[in-house]
Amino acid sequence: MEAIVALGIGALAGSGVWLILRPRTFQVIIGLSLLSYAINLFIIVMGRLRTGAPILASRAAGDPSQYADPLPQALVLTAIVISFATTALFLVVLLASRGLTGTDHVDGREPEP
Amino acid sequence: MSGIADHLVIAPIVLPLVAGAVMLLFGERGRTAKAAINVGSTLGLVAIAVALLTSTAASSDGAAATYRLGDWPVPFAIVLVADRLSALMLLLTSLLAAAAVVFSLARWHRAGAHFHSLFQFLLMGLNGAFLTGDLFNLFVFFELMLAASYGLALHGSGPVRVRAGLHYIVVNLAASLLFLVGVSLIYGVSGTLNMADLAARIPGIAPQSRGLLEAGAAVLATAFLLKAGMWPLCFWLPTTYAAASPPVAAVFAIMTKVGAYIVLRLWLLLFGEAAGASAHFGGDVLLLGGLATVAFGAIGTLASQDLPRLAAHSVLVSSGTVLAAMGMGETGVTAGALFYMVSSTLALGALFLLVELVERGREPGADVLAVTREAYGDDDLEDEEEVGLAIPATMGMLGLAFIGCALVIAGLPPLSGFVAKFALLTAALNPAGSAGVSTASWALLAILIVSGLAAVVAMTRAGMRSFWASPDRAVPRVRLIEMGPVAILLILCALQTIQAGPVMRYMHATAQSLHTPQSYVRDVLQAEPGAEARRAGPT
Repeated sequence: MEAIVALGIGALAGSGVWLILRPRTFQVIIGLSLLSYAINLFIIVMGRLRTGAPILASRAAGDPSQYADPLPQALVLTAIVISFATTALFLVVLLASRGLTGTDHVDGREPEP
Repeated sequence: MSGIADHLVIAPIVLPLVAGAVMLLFGERGRTAKAAINVGSTLGLVAIAVALLTSTAASSDGAAATYRLGDWPVPFAIVLVADRLSALMLLLTSLLAAAAVVFSLARWHRAGAHFHSLFQFLLMGLNGAFLTGDLFNLFVFFELMLAASYGLALHGSGPVRVRAGLHYIVVNLAASLLFLVGVSLIYGVSGTLNMADLAARIPGIAPQSRGLLEAGAAVLATAFLLKAGMWPLCFWLPTTYAAASPPVAAVFAIMTKVGAYIVLRLWLLLFGEAAGASAHFGGDVLLLGGLATVAFGAIGTLASQDLPRLAAHSVLVSSGTVLAAMGMGETGVTAGALFYMVSSTLALGALFLLVELVERGREPGADVLAVTREAYGDDDLEDEEEVGLAIPATMGMLGLAFIGCALVIAGLPPLSGFVAKFALLTAALNPAGSAGVSTASWALLAILIVSGLAAVVAMTRAGMRSFWASPDRAVPRVRLIEMGPVAILLILCALQTIQAGPVMRYMHATAQSLHTPQSYVRDVLQAEPGAEARRAGPT
């Protein structure tokens, strides 16, 4: 299970980094989104992977060792909200840049051929 | 302390939050009311910061005032901690912000939507980042600050700002993701996010986990150093700062210092003497990176074609000096660096404001302003009547202020830049032990002197071009509320010079408590549950 999750995070992060380095603003925003998915998974994994851990065990209520670590889940929720908001903001700037400069290149002008 | 005084620690966060939210209700109307709220709130922050500063300075052992949100016991609570360094940074931020907001009232606050609200939210994020004692809470305040700064960087609009803003946002979004990686790695290893608790746990980390912890800290530091503009993470900075509107750029001068502040706090807290095998982890990177940043910034100032870029590269020099001095890891040098940080930030803020006044003779932003005036309506026609002081005196005042900024930034006597560099280098050349002067100290000495020379050359050239060499230029029309803030920032630098003794003592006490973080850890972890901090929940 660790290997699958690690591979998934790696694939997402790798694609994200590659896309961020591309010259078109749309590629950059997709890259940032993929990268933030990778990071969110990473935060969850940092709370240790456990299969079949109950939300609330019927008999062992009150024993914290029985539960999945709730803190990374709280962190990841915050991170999702924040990265969603900032990505939306970036989308607006991207459109403004497209409108003002007439190109979707990240430098605001087409490179010399 | 009792009653309302206990809640003073959270006031620098709550006040701008409330002020910013209230101003949102006005929409595009009520500009005068919004301006009044903004100025009132910012001046309120100055008062709060002064109160916090005097209360921390008064306690002889520099005890950190700890505020537990929701009154949870400490390792679980999100804590706000106001110690000497936090109080100092709060005061610096609020002074700079007060100058910028008064300056903006002349005309810049009309150049775009929601300037006043965004400004208050930026202050909230900054103050929160300075006060928080929790890593994840720090992330939240950082994002608040950045989200507001994205809006402010685009304030005034125009292709140049949008292009610079695009880069700024991408770079900072990527850095925020690195921040999260760092925080979660540290949490995964240590199981805590409370800075004080973390400092207490680090010596006991198992050797096989230590690599992971250090990797986490390094990733985290990358995010902060990017904010601080350390070479080679600084290429976004000059363009963004030069493109931002002047009052915004003046406040942004403190944003690089947020990065430096957090590196200083966390590095000395987590990797101080007590950290066992991890002690002084990464100190060399800070030192070398800082020196490289100073060199890059100095070359940048020499190469700058216009005043805004010159000011932006001076930000790099200032930030690099602070980072390099921190990397020395000596109490005296840190104290000098703090003194330098205060004086250079004030002077840079003044310079960013001044640059616009000087450049106004050429009116590069005139078309932008004309467009926004059309878009938002110019209902303040009565302003036009009071425009302009007597004409020849204007250039004289501007020139005098420019010389003041140049003196502080280059570190020449008689202003505070000289005192700061002198204190810094004296401490670096007289190390505490009998080890003799290290190579690092000599390198710091050489590069600081050379960067000072570069600053003198660049500022002289720019000053001559602006004030002497263009006979046919129009004399800029400058209003008193634009010149006032610049003058006040420079007067603060002068006061810092006159009161150098007491200020330096405060910096020494601050550096002392930073280098012996045990008292900070004890103050935070042993904060008594029950007595205070009952009301406010997490924001």
